[in-house]
Amino acid sequence: MNWTSWLLSGFVATLALSTLLATSHGLGLTRMNLPYLIGTFVTPEREKARVYGFMIHLVNGWAFSILYALIFEARHIANWWFGALLGLAHALFVLTVVMSLMPGIHPRMASEQHGPNANRQLEPPGFMALHYGIQTPVSVVLSHVVFGVILGSLYQLAT
Amino acid sequence: MSPSERSAEIDPRNSGETDRRGWPAIQDYAIIGDCRSAALVSRDGSIDWLCWPRFDSAAIFSALLDRERGGYWRISPVAPKTITRNYVKDSNVLETHFAGRSGKAVLTDVMASAPYTSRRLGLLPDHDIIRRVICIAGDVEFEIEFVPRGDYGRIGVSVREIGKLGLRFVMGKGAYWLRSNMPLTVSGGGARGRVVLRANETLRFSLSYSEEAPAVLSPLDASLDARIGHVTAAWQQWGRHANYDGAYRDSVIRSALALKLLTYAPSGAIVAAPTTSLPEDVGANLNWDYRYCWLRDASFTIRALLELDYWDEAEDFLDWMLQATRLTQPKLRILYTIYGEKAPAERELEHLSGYRESRPVRIGNAARDQLQLDVHGEVIDAAAQFAFHGGNLDRDMQQILIGFGNYVVKNWDQPDEGIWEPRSGRENHTHSRLLCWTAMDRLVRLSERGLLRGAPVDVYKQQSDLIRRQIETRAWNERLQSYVSVLDGDELDSSLLLLSWYGFEQASSARMRGTYRNLRQYLGTPDGLLYRYRKEKREGAFAICCFWEAEYLALGGGSLDEAQQVFARLMKYANELGLYGEEIDPNSGAALGNFPQAFTHVGLIGAALSIREREKGEQQLAHRPPTATPHSSSEVRS
Repeated sequence: MNWTSWLLSGFVATLALSTLLATSHGLGLTRMNLPYLIGTFVTPEREKARVYGFMIHLVNGWAFSILYALIFEARHIANWWFGALLGLAHALFVLTVVMSLMPGIHPRMASEQHGPNANRQLEPPGFMALHYGIQTPVSVVLSHVVFGVILGSLYQLAT
Repeated sequence: MSPSERSAEIDPRNSGETDRRGWPAIQDYAIIGDCRSAALVSRDGSIDWLCWPRFDSAAIFSALLDRERGGYWRISPVAPKTITRNYVKDSNVLETHFAGRSGKAVLTDVMASAPYTSRRLGLLPDHDIIRRVICIAGDVEFEIEFVPRGDYGRIGVSVREIGKLGLRFVMGKGAYWLRSNMPLTVSGGGARGRVVLRANETLRFSLSYSEEAPAVLSPLDASLDARIGHVTAAWQQWGRHANYDGAYRDSVIRSALALKLLTYAPSGAIVAAPTTSLPEDVGANLNWDYRYCWLRDASFTIRALLELDYWDEAEDFLDWMLQATRLTQPKLRILYTIYGEKAPAERELEHLSGYRESRPVRIGNAARDQLQLDVHGEVIDAAAQFAFHGGNLDRDMQQILIGFGNYVVKNWDQPDEGIWEPRSGRENHTHSRLLCWTAMDRLVRLSERGLLRGAPVDVYKQQSDLIRRQIETRAWNERLQSYVSVLDGDELDSSLLLLSWYGFEQASSARMRGTYRNLRQYLGTPDGLLYRYRKEKREGAFAICCFWEAEYLALGGGSLDEAQQVFARLMKYANELGLYGEEIDPNSGAALGNFPQAFTHVGLIGAALSIREREKGEQQLAHRPPTATPHSSSEVRS
């Protein structure tokens, strides 16, 4: 897979993931606004946080697509269902590990142990991000599976 | 302890209006808000009404309409002896002072109305009620009950304690967080607690709502006090901007602040009231949902905002009227939601008892399908006042106004439901004809002053003459020597006072004086109030009509002294915070109907302004020559 294909497939997959999460938010399946969550790492300004968060998420998606490509190469398997499996694993990692670490790594996030203070006022996601809505895990898993399916399919086409 | 049970134990109200079942009098409520929604707080510190995130959302606290099933959030002493209340000077920050045998405490209530820019630039909750109790002497035992109920009391909630973050429950599309610096016990779908506060000790609470995660949670340290300070300062800056130097300054500023609270800042719309189904006749069925925006209030509202120099609000309101109504133009509905949608169909909430058993409780409003031919005149007059005094009507606005004018040309001769929205059918209302005349007259004047291009001025002049002739002949009753409510009729209603307000008749003319005499005779109460019209159904005197009377006198229908006397008498019917409902019970003086009422406060401002203008020998704003003076900005926005 060449660089151009990787850039394009990473972009398309991340866009699809972002769109699915935004749609889930709009439909009321989850309250989580991922660009806002990520953007508040770098700024407390709400409007800017959404823009920065989207851009960071895009770059992050590209970075993860490299990882997916490396796994496709290492396993000599690249198709939609293997991509879906990787997406599922990715989602479970995000929901269980990343979300639980969030209060420790997010500079503006409060924790259940200490509560909010002048510097940390954002609601933490809780286990599996359930604080952000009971269907949040479903939308996260679905969007990451689609991310993996797109990458797997495009990688297969490109090789 | 539900609100009905606690009434048997405490009788903390100076007003003594609480009945045996725990219903506070309507005027015993105060309002707090953030220009998106509002809450009503009773004298004993109970928030009995709250709809989030916007005025017409389903209520999460609705004890106002059902003492058993409606939710509430009460913070009050166990045994208060006296309770007094006030807003912090020139603000919408409420203070309730409790005094008991062993101490005194102050409860401060504020819906944190941080300006949108602040919210955008920093981490502040989307919606937040901050409540703070400070014990200022001795010790006071407080009881806290937090009992939310979703969908107007229909749905119980599951409150969960989430570590040190506080208590959380989810309802609809959003999550609610209750934070406090005292322990609360979760039970029965709510939370409760008791605490003895000693001198200088402070309780802090924050109830926030967000439809977006991560939500922002308020710290409960001194920064919360600082937020109260910032919100207070913002309100005071806004309130003190009011351009009024007359004798009724406190009342005028309070009314302006109430009007601002009823503004939905994101769209510029102004709702008639923040509540539904507070009865016009206690125990009966005259209960309506007023959480929508009526165009018939437009002209009065714009006049009040312009004269008080709240140009930003006037401009936003005018923009809302012209833009939010696009889908129906050139037709206009009589009421819209805050975003210009058709108001929901009316339905009854049968699970609620209603305020003092005043059933049914209604949400939505069936008047949405009525025809009122006065609304075009209201909107055109509002735009004309705006333009005559320095506001800019762009080409798009001008086309919209011409569209309205052409609609009036085609339809002014039709019967309609009229300003009072009876559900008994259509008639040829004098008030509707008056506003059709106003529409034609203002469009002609706008054209003559070069502020409106492309209008068929000759047609408008011709129609204006026709309407005038019809009013002068068929709305005038020779036998009564009075204008009458409907063409060729013999009944009167208080909207006839507006014939002079809109410049159709001089207030001092023989015809207007005759009409006024008849109005007093047929619609006046012994205490000097006015009903809006004569009818079989019991209802109170209509508050804005009483202010119209004061204004009519100030415009020349009487002496300045008479106008001041009427105005001074009306001041006595406000609650101790300066708030008015829609109607006044002529027997007890109690407020009736939805509360507080924007229309009434607009009427108060209008009357105060006209009295001041009479004192100064100036003309009413709407009838002054145009000025080229550019307007200043009221700066503080929410």
